[in-house]
Amino acid sequence: MSEVITDAGGSFTRTAGRQLILLALLGIASFVALAFLLGWLSRATSDTQGVSDAVDPLTGTITLAMSSEPPQLDSTRATDQVSGFVLGHVMESLLRRGPGTDLRPGIAERWEITDTGATFHLRADARWSDGKPVTADDFVFAWRKAVDPATASEYAFFMYPLKNAERINKGELPVESLGVRAVDDRTLAIDFERPTPYFEKLAVYSTYGPVRRDFYESMQGRYGADADTLLYDGPFRITTWVHGAHLRMEKNPYYWDAANVKLNVIDIPYVTGDPLAVLNLFKDGKVATAPLDAETLDNALEQRWKINRFNDGSVFFIEFNHRPGRVTDNVHLRRALLLASDSGELVYKVMKLPGNLPGVSLFPYWLQGLHGFFRQEYPPPPLRVDIPEARRQLALALEDLGLAQLPPLVMLADETGPSVLQAEYYQNRYKHTLGIDVKIDKQIFKQRLAKMTAGDFDLVMAGWGPDYDDPLTFADLFTSWNRNNRGAYSNPELDRLVRVAQSSLDPKTRMDAFGAIQKILYDDAVIVPNYERGVVYVRDPRLKGVERRVVGADPDYTNAYIEARP
Amino acid sequence: MLRYSIKRLLQGIVTVWFIATATFIAMHSVPGDPLLQNKAVTAEIRKNLEVKYGLDKPVTQQYLIYMSNMLHGDFGISFTQQNRSVNDIIAKHFPVSATLGILAVAFAGIGGILWGALTALYRNRLPDVVIMFLVILGVSVPSFVFAAIGQLTLVHLNALVGHTVFPVAGWGTVSHMFVPSLVLGLGTMAFLTRLMRSSMLEVVNADYVRTAKAKGLPITRIFLKHELRNAVLPVITVLGPAIAAITTGGFVVEYVFAIPGLGRYFVQAVNQLDYTVIMGTTVFYGAFLVLMVIIVDLLYGVVDPRVRLA
Repeated sequence: MSEVITDAGGSFTRTAGRQLILLALLGIASFVALAFLLGWLSRATSDTQGVSDAVDPLTGTITLAMSSEPPQLDSTRATDQVSGFVLGHVMESLLRRGPGTDLRPGIAERWEITDTGATFHLRADARWSDGKPVTADDFVFAWRKAVDPATASEYAFFMYPLKNAERINKGELPVESLGVRAVDDRTLAIDFERPTPYFEKLAVYSTYGPVRRDFYESMQGRYGADADTLLYDGPFRITTWVHGAHLRMEKNPYYWDAANVKLNVIDIPYVTGDPLAVLNLFKDGKVATAPLDAETLDNALEQRWKINRFNDGSVFFIEFNHRPGRVTDNVHLRRALLLASDSGELVYKVMKLPGNLPGVSLFPYWLQGLHGFFRQEYPPPPLRVDIPEARRQLALALEDLGLAQLPPLVMLADETGPSVLQAEYYQNRYKHTLGIDVKIDKQIFKQRLAKMTAGDFDLVMAGWGPDYDDPLTFADLFTSWNRNNRGAYSNPELDRLVRVAQSSLDPKTRMDAFGAIQKILYDDAVIVPNYERGVVYVRDPRLKGVERRVVGADPDYTNAYIEARP
Repeated sequence: MLRYSIKRLLQGIVTVWFIATATFIAMHSVPGDPLLQNKAVTAEIRKNLEVKYGLDKPVTQQYLIYMSNMLHGDFGISFTQQNRSVNDIIAKHFPVSATLGILAVAFAGIGGILWGALTALYRNRLPDVVIMFLVILGVSVPSFVFAAIGQLTLVHLNALVGHTVFPVAGWGTVSHMFVPSLVLGLGTMAFLTRLMRSSMLEVVNADYVRTAKAKGLPITRIFLKHELRNAVLPVITVLGPAIAAITTGGFVVEYVFAIPGLGRYFVQAVNQLDYTVIMGTTVFYGAFLVLMVIIVDLLYGVVDPRVRLA
């Protein structure tokens, strides 16, 4: 390239430079103009509520972010946590939740439960958000819908305590044969398949909520898809639902207990799963609470905010494959692995996120026993780390299996960071303590489930969240008939104990059964407990009365209020 | 011109068909089961779900059904958003992605041309060195870093001013749009700056520029008419694919700024093996990309008369 003619004395550059500045100004102006044009165009299609503050004492508004939006809000089909959160605020079942694990009268003002069935008496002032009364028929319609195989509800098993529910769900009986009927508008009579002493704990769920037939049918399959295709009978109603963008709940004036609902608006104009983004919104005073992860925790600590902790009720553990032919079917091998594991080290030295508790049992600490915590009344066998004993058990296992050397074990795990970290910890630990090789099989969520269901693993990093507030939700996980028992563990004694716990009306008998199940799980080394999941979060100090729950809507803002600044 | 356009459109349709078929095959070969959830369901419920989504039929038949539905413009019902059709998801969320994408491309295009011209003008001098250093940063730093930095800057800016100048996240007003679109456009702007610079350097040594200077034309005229206009041609060529790439690749920025664009559904669908949404968004994005390339090729003829003859 020749340098001769590019510039003569700099005058060209200067003049052209001035031209460029002019062009730049023109460019900026047209960019801003374009932005306003697009903003004006999109205003026609999206709502603009402006930017509100985290908490507004004047209007009684709180603003939140959510990680994803509810897939849909038909209570008979909803299963995920986000749907549970929204439904818990806009719908009410026969019962409602009070502080802690208390159950309070909801749409039903009183009820009787016997060993053959139950009767619920609905309150006279229970109304839908269009002003019409909530009747017993609305429950019958919804419950039949939930067990109807055509609905294909994943939570249909929830209804199995109702007479004939399971057989209807399998398509063997018509839905009309379900054990529930409306005696009159305000009396709901229920027949049980077998005694269900914990029925109250089920009836509080949104799956057991009402759906009004005429409204449902007028929606022609779009029930629960949008704000105006739903009827509400809870403390709040949805007034805006822009998919993926904005969900706004306002106080429901028709709610029977509206006088005791303090908040006027729960506004959720942010949908993102990015904890850092939510924390930034919190810093900017735009959202009332922000969950923290390992990365954002330090950031929040630097601000000297009060960090709250909460255990969300889920338990995580290693599950074994008990199918014949798998080495993990050998109890000595499982015991060796259990004895070599150290959940304390996993939680405190590897995961390092405050809130998590080292796992000690399948039954988490928060479960209620007879008078207090189940764990205090039925302490689990202590998990000790005992490497010499683990090695002895390994030798026994090799003898049983007739092997000189154990083949590498396949450990199935999610491909997400924390899951891989835990799998690698165990890989390292089992190699150093027992000389066992572990191969980690990282898979996306759906493929992990597929491999678990097909039994294509030796060990799997698994977990279980409670469906309802009773030890049974954990106890029946390893029964031979439970489809979630993906390691195919089978023990007639455990099955028998679960049947006792399912049908006994005597609380002591039930709790004894759970205690015995806990012991079997330990003696048989069915799981290696990892941790009870904790969450840490920051919250605007002016927001009070928020209830965190292990089951049901979490967090629960029904009784929340804003404390005006002193 | 008309025959050329029709020919290009027909080629485009074949390309889209190929994209749809390849996606269909790839999607069904990915390990995993779309209907499996954390909590197991009974065999009967599973059967009902399979019937609902047509998964009970052989794959070849599923393919034919899918293709014929697609010809009618029906992408089906989402597996995860069970009450929403894929058409509805695209119709609601694509305009958001497109708005963000157009702004980002406008920013990248304007910025790229100006910075490129500037660096060429001051070649090997201080402005050139500084800008080209920043350009290398812009090309190599991934957008999620820019997004996080951009958001943090806003937090500090708002704290400094004492009220919200620009919202930290969310969507709905003009003030929500600026920062995300700048962040999204940065990488492309850096790339365009380099392209513009080299193209400009080629042009300033061209014979016609030498002639123009020898003729004693005014500097403004030489710079604008002879240099800029010719140098901008390669930039326009890549603008079409850039619009498509930015519009479809905005997932990270949408995620960080809580913007309800289509990108989120696109990525989530793949993770969730949501067959209908995967197919719908891929085919839609594919068609969009093909259309953009065609439009740019046609526009190119308008800008550069030499191409029109060919």
